[in-house]
Amino acid sequence: MPKPHGGKLINRYIKKDQTQIAEIPEFEVNTGLSEDILNIAKGVFSPLEGFLCYNDLENVINEKRLEDDTPWTIPILLDFNGENIKEGDTVILSNKENGVRALLDVDEIYTYDKKTLAQNIYCTTDKEHPGVANISNMRQNLIGGKITLLDSKQREFDNYNLSPKETRVLFKEKGWKETVAFQTRNPPHIGHEYVQKTALTFVDGIFINPIIGKKKAGDFKDEVILSSYETLMKHYYLKNRAVMSILRTSMKYAGPREAIHHAIMRKNFGCTHFIVGRDHAGVGNYYGPYDAHEIFSEFPDLGIIPVFFRSFSRCTKCGSVVNDKICPHDQKYHINFSGKKIRELLQNGKIPSEDMMRKEVAETILKYDKPFVE
Amino acid sequence: MEKEKNEKKYTTISIPTPLAEKIKKRIAGTGFHSLSSYVTYVLREIISGMDEEEGEAFSKEDEEKVKERLRALGYLD
Repeated sequence: MPKPHGGKLINRYIKKDQTQIAEIPEFEVNTGLSEDILNIAKGVFSPLEGFLCYNDLENVINEKRLEDDTPWTIPILLDFNGENIKEGDTVILSNKENGVRALLDVDEIYTYDKKTLAQNIYCTTDKEHPGVANISNMRQNLIGGKITLLDSKQREFDNYNLSPKETRVLFKEKGWKETVAFQTRNPPHIGHEYVQKTALTFVDGIFINPIIGKKKAGDFKDEVILSSYETLMKHYYLKNRAVMSILRTSMKYAGPREAIHHAIMRKNFGCTHFIVGRDHAGVGNYYGPYDAHEIFSEFPDLGIIPVFFRSFSRCTKCGSVVNDKICPHDQKYHINFSGKKIRELLQNGKIPSEDMMRKEVAETILKYDKPFVE
Repeated sequence: MEKEKNEKKYTTISIPTPLAEKIKKRIAGTGFHSLSSYVTYVLREIISGMDEEEGEAFSKEDEEKVKERLRALGYLD
């Protein structure tokens, strides 16, 4: 099992007597920031112990590394309006929706240039890009400093929510020395199963790790994604070879940089391999289809092995799922796994062909009156 | 960024000139744009390789607590 990123699994959770913190000023943060706090505290973002300070941010922007040379590609930032906070203060950050309360040691307050940040992280300053749009909505001041989680409340799907510490113990108990991680935001079609099982063939177990959280209209609901995977695993996976647990974080759509970030998080969960598909974490035409593959060559010290998959489809001539490296047949024999097509069929209450999706999975999805976010 | 420019932290390492010349020849036409970027890459690879397989040690008590939760959630029998 790999060491956590940066060498140490971060755990920044303590129980404090309410009287000890009664006098500390409290500031409400949005749900996205509170998810970041939880991910820092539980070690998903190891080695980060808090929000980035100036030198780390500048290094991440320019070198794709923290100040101490550890690979890190997505800045984890706390923006604020210049409320009455100064360097050296300790404040409480809270969020009502998920009951997060955390201490923040304000090490540094600084400003930043939004265009530089957007151009370097997203390779564009186009505000149509969702990540750039997020930056343009960010406030002008940033706070860097360590956080300590005091409290969070039970939430939906917590029975699927394992921390890196828990997955590490789980993989060890299962006797998995090598684990491949698969990230997803959709119910599985046959192509996904092909990718997962191909990778699984060479390791001991697969860690299916759906990203749960903020969705846009037309996306599958979280509960649909989870139950469809449960169905697939029940019918088509060996019980002792596959595990599913959720990851609460927002997609940044930063393409190649985000692929590295996704790999780092899975390394912290104890995975040795990470599946990277075509246009991983991409959106629109901002990145080349294999930019997210190529970026891995910049990180010989990442500590997790990327498993690259190019496009895959069903070849009617081969009679199986194929990719462009193994099938000699013409495109006319290839049926692509179109998420859009599968979605349209399901929206009309129809079961996609078994060449596209397992019948049991489709039936599970159709058990929901409204499987899509409205 | 708005703060004062962060000084880049680099240091100089001496390697034998013939070795440097060999490396320069070897990296011509590759993605490495300088001797320094190649040496940095190789050193990062070597250093990270030394970290592998060490794993994370939890205390027995900690591990038992985790196992209990994993059993309760159905992840372990």
